[in-house]
Amino acid sequence: MSLADILSRHKGREGPLLPILHDVQAEFGHVSEDAIRAIALDLNLTRAEVHGVVSFYHDYRSTPEPRPVLKLCRAEACQARGVAALVAAMTPNPSIKIETVYCLGLCSVGPAAMVGTDVHARLDATKLEKLVESL
Amino acid sequence: MKVRISDDALALACGADAVAKAFVDAGAEVERVSSWGMHWLEPLVEINGIGFGPATPADVADILAGGADALCIGPIAAHPFIARQQRLTFVRAGKTRPLDLDDYYATGGWQGLAKARELGPSATIDALTASGLRGRGGAGFPAGIKWRTVAGAQSPQKYIVCNADEGDSGTFADRMVMEGDPFMLIEGMAIAGHAVGASKGYVYIRSEYPHAIAKMVAAVKACAHLIAPFDVEIRVGAGAYVCGEETSLLNSLEGKRGEVRAKPPLPALEGLFGKPTVVNNVLTLATVPWVLANGAEAYAAYGMGRSRGTMPIQIAGNVKHGGLFETAFGITLGELVNDIGGGTASGRPVRAVQVGGPLGAYHPPAQFDTPFDYEAFTGVDGLIGHGGLVVFDAQVDMAKQARFAMEFCAAESCGKCTPCRLGSTRGTETLDRVLAGEDVDANLALIEDLCDTMKFGSLCALGGFTPYPVLSAITHFREDFVVRNKA
Repeated sequence: MSLADILSRHKGREGPLLPILHDVQAEFGHVSEDAIRAIALDLNLTRAEVHGVVSFYHDYRSTPEPRPVLKLCRAEACQARGVAALVAAMTPNPSIKIETVYCLGLCSVGPAAMVGTDVHARLDATKLEKLVESL
Repeated sequence: MKVRISDDALALACGADAVAKAFVDAGAEVERVSSWGMHWLEPLVEINGIGFGPATPADVADILAGGADALCIGPIAAHPFIARQQRLTFVRAGKTRPLDLDDYYATGGWQGLAKARELGPSATIDALTASGLRGRGGAGFPAGIKWRTVAGAQSPQKYIVCNADEGDSGTFADRMVMEGDPFMLIEGMAIAGHAVGASKGYVYIRSEYPHAIAKMVAAVKACAHLIAPFDVEIRVGAGAYVCGEETSLLNSLEGKRGEVRAKPPLPALEGLFGKPTVVNNVLTLATVPWVLANGAEAYAAYGMGRSRGTMPIQIAGNVKHGGLFETAFGITLGELVNDIGGGTASGRPVRAVQVGGPLGAYHPPAQFDTPFDYEAFTGVDGLIGHGGLVVFDAQVDMAKQARFAMEFCAAESCGKCTPCRLGSTRGTETLDRVLAGEDVDANLALIEDLCDTMKFGSLCALGGFTPYPVLSAITHFREDFVVRNKA
């Protein structure tokens, strides 16, 4: 889908900026300067306004991430279940990107992680290692 | 033989799909239902009312052969964790297929909306007010008063906004509603729309909940004809914790940075796009159909003091029996942690319980006699928030937890107000000095002063409540701080 297709898809919607940015990121992997320019023009916003929104939210990337991304929950419930020790014991692996998230709503069965939309719970060193290898 | 296995995100994370597939491969008929909320037993397999869990694909042959005694918990509904609950909001948990309209009809679905249409808008709001239902997102504001305000506002366009930005660690009840009983939430929104005169509803769901988003999108499509002319649209957040704050959420829905707005004006009068807006949490709206269908008195009969009805309490962290426990207000913290939660998963003694998410206080066992009630928790310098408990065992370092609270606030601050934006960063730095053993007493005095500024000077609960975990850690667990003193 082209950027123009995405923009026309959201025509007439109330408050379309976040849905547009989600679609742009899903399609292109990031929200580029060119995309910001085109979106701003289409929605009659300034580039600064669109840039401000893109940079405010943790989900949007300004550069592509070529590596697989593993989102690891580091919030209190997973802390209580030992996520810090799990991270400390991990072998560094430059071919995957490990991102911190605060809460996946799996707080009774942590430590928890998400890859794409696949969720993983009750992680221990072995399971995490296996998960990383599978990416 | 029909085998029932949950398809909610937690069950999936524990391997439910592989177990379900193994049953299908073995020739069994598998029905994917919502979760009972006994998370330590997921994936939980139900056959003729009997539960087996946590099950793995390797157990399937054994279960089908009538064995697997070690996994068998007997009749699920009679299990003490379930039998002790008073489930009103979670009345269907574990029992229905989340996206099956027939299941929803058969279990009393749409009766609340029918009743509201029969009563008319004003009497519907009266019923909600009489039930005593308070906002379940954390603030505990009476839902009926909010609805009355929006109903009284003059505007050609009004909105119902469901806050499904459940970002508090230790909470998952909103997720379970959306993944397990989505029609109930939509019915609650339709009742709200009918009551206040709004034709459009938005559900703002955090992006960390892809399964909830998928279920809600499908549910809205499936029942659009039943709630018309009211219309519900699903919107997805973008990873900002602060968007759980209602004015920040409204800005985010409008396509802006999720910055907090100063109040007044109240969202009830000038909310989404400046129009009168009901902003309610998932649990609040999901409870509305029960209240309408069963009557305000039936709901108000549960609870204590000014906390009426039931609260879906989420037991999480280092706990043996974690899960969803809905009960009338008034149960004590100690009962929840020890009797129901079974103590820690690690087997070590419980040291602290954080109640109400990252902005809630850390409570020591000495406070375990505190009843679960809005006012009682305020009385011990805490809050019940969205009803999440995170249990920590004896290995926890409370000075590090206090630092984390400040660090989290710094990471998630929207930047609008100074006490939160700067205070959290300076607080993190000051606690780093405490952790390094530099001038501990003087630095703790500084932290207490800073917390005072944040508490009274911040625009919203992020900066305003971060002092709860920080100060409670210092008050109840001072030994973890002073032990570092090098002076």
